[in-house]
Amino acid sequence: MFAFIARRIIQAILVMLVISLVGFSIKDQIGDPVRDLVGERVTPAERAEIAEKMGLNDPFFTQYYRFVKNAVTKGDLGRSFLYNKPNLEVILHHAPATIELVFGTALIIIVISLPLGVYCALRPRTFLSRFTMSFSTLGVSMPVYLTAILLIFLFAIHWQVLPSYGRGDTIDLFGLGWWSTGLLTIDGLRHLILPCVSLSTLMLPLFIRLIRSEMMEVLETEYIKYAWAKGLSPARVWMVHAFKNTLLPVITVFGVQIGIMFAFTLLTELVFQWPGMGFMFLEAVHRADISLLIAYLVVVACLFVVVNTVVDILYGFINPTVRITGTK
Amino acid sequence: MKTRLEKFKESYFLYSFKRDKVAIFSFVTLTVFVILALTAPWIAPMNPYDSANIDIMNSELPPVWMEEGTSEFLLGTDNQGRDMLSTMLYGLRTSIIIGVGAVALQGIIGVVVGLLAGYLGGKTDAILMRLADIQFSFPYLMVAIFLSAIFQVVFGLGSFERLAIPLLTIIIGLSNWPMFARTIRASVMGEKNKEYVEAARVIGLPRWTIMFRHILPNSLTSVMVISTIQVANAVMSEAALSFLGLGMPVTKPSLGSLIRAGQEFFFSGSWWITVFPGIWLVIFVLVINLLGDWLRDVFNPKLYKG
Repeated sequence: MFAFIARRIIQAILVMLVISLVGFSIKDQIGDPVRDLVGERVTPAERAEIAEKMGLNDPFFTQYYRFVKNAVTKGDLGRSFLYNKPNLEVILHHAPATIELVFGTALIIIVISLPLGVYCALRPRTFLSRFTMSFSTLGVSMPVYLTAILLIFLFAIHWQVLPSYGRGDTIDLFGLGWWSTGLLTIDGLRHLILPCVSLSTLMLPLFIRLIRSEMMEVLETEYIKYAWAKGLSPARVWMVHAFKNTLLPVITVFGVQIGIMFAFTLLTELVFQWPGMGFMFLEAVHRADISLLIAYLVVVACLFVVVNTVVDILYGFINPTVRITGTK
Repeated sequence: MKTRLEKFKESYFLYSFKRDKVAIFSFVTLTVFVILALTAPWIAPMNPYDSANIDIMNSELPPVWMEEGTSEFLLGTDNQGRDMLSTMLYGLRTSIIIGVGAVALQGIIGVVVGLLAGYLGGKTDAILMRLADIQFSFPYLMVAIFLSAIFQVVFGLGSFERLAIPLLTIIIGLSNWPMFARTIRASVMGEKNKEYVEAARVIGLPRWTIMFRHILPNSLTSVMVISTIQVANAVMSEAALSFLGLGMPVTKPSLGSLIRAGQEFFFSGSWWITVFPGIWLVIFVLVINLLGDWLRDVFNPKLYKG
């Protein structure tokens, strides 16, 4: 087990090194740190001096080594000229908004997809199941930003019951200055509803189908037949015997899909003017803030690698065959 | 000896197609869409890319059945005075070109990588598949967004917009190849120990011939099945990128950039600029997905669950 964990962690570190190398070479090729720092109004001689002081004339790998060292020891990912602040600070400032969005969406998905998926597996021929299944095919083909626009039109403009953009009132948590939350105010929660609902329509069909097909497969197995033969009550067979074993693959997929959801937050954040990381990223692209883009790349990659590694290790605990086949 | 046509007529493929109403409906709709898109320059009422045809005085006209609509613009006009119907036809054309091109690129990279990894095995396999795994652990939309953001900064907005179609094809192609590579590798692993491959090896055929002439044709079914779904994904990615402002420019709109352009006018009452391209895109992607589901069921019910 220890060897398995160690191998996964070494792998994760290697992946991060590769990604930071890619990011750093992009920055090295097209970024202009001197301009980022002092703008355009400096003489060439002064520019050269600043470049020398910042070590921009050093060999590539010396600079890369410094980049990684600063990132690991000081959490320093460079400065953003757009915000004129350290990149990490900018990203941290925008992160809570995005995380709340993903959290709310995950909650909606769990609450709706579990009962519906199980129901569709147990009663595949009823009207509600057929309706859910055909609706889910439509849901897969519906772009999330279109859903978002339609929702804004209906709820914010036509009926005027929910706000259409921004986060609303937020509370500064622990007096940190960067961690603001909308989860604790009524207004903040109202602002969360539409973005979360539109983001959840993206993943709901997938989860309903996944839970349904896993559950149907489990219901065909021998031990379920045995449970019926023992004369257990349907509720016990379905919930204790079948449902529990459906959950394992579902949890794995859930871990992966949370990551994918981060990519789609960009689309919802744009429509709802949500001041999260995606919105910040788009702004950085339009203003060509390379330094911030690369920092975002590194942070997001790090997030994914950590989530993937944790899921893998957890899976290794739950399902021993994974770590055995990995060793050879 | 039967001809190919006769064989096709008796195949299970055609039999199950004829019995499945959804498949027939999707296929017909898809064909109509593709024909409309490919013949857009001839059938569209006007050329929306040509600024000489556009009159700003015609902007934001509603569709023909509403009060201010005119029969000149059946589905109304957008904020720049372009005919919605023509713009949608041209937009679909762009989406299809990029979608099919991107999947072709994914297919080529995926087939080469998958064949090499599956057939050669060992170190090659380990390195190539590790690369695929790394990329696969990031959502392809994220990869595509990053690539186009970087391309846009490197090329500058002007050149990016001029080269948008080939660049987007490359971006979406690069962002989703591991899917093909994995599928091909899996089926190559299954094929390579079969007797016909051994026979080919014994008579001394070179590796490349064995890989491309013997193993590849037997692995193509799975490629066909995932290609369909992948075209739908590629079209969706292109629309998403364009919606984010990282794809097709407003002067040469695809469906995504039309939805983006219409968004601000939607809330002030000009709903048709967003809704028509939206419905157009949803129907197009929906029929491809339905067709893909059907193909998957016919060829390989156990390929993957979903």
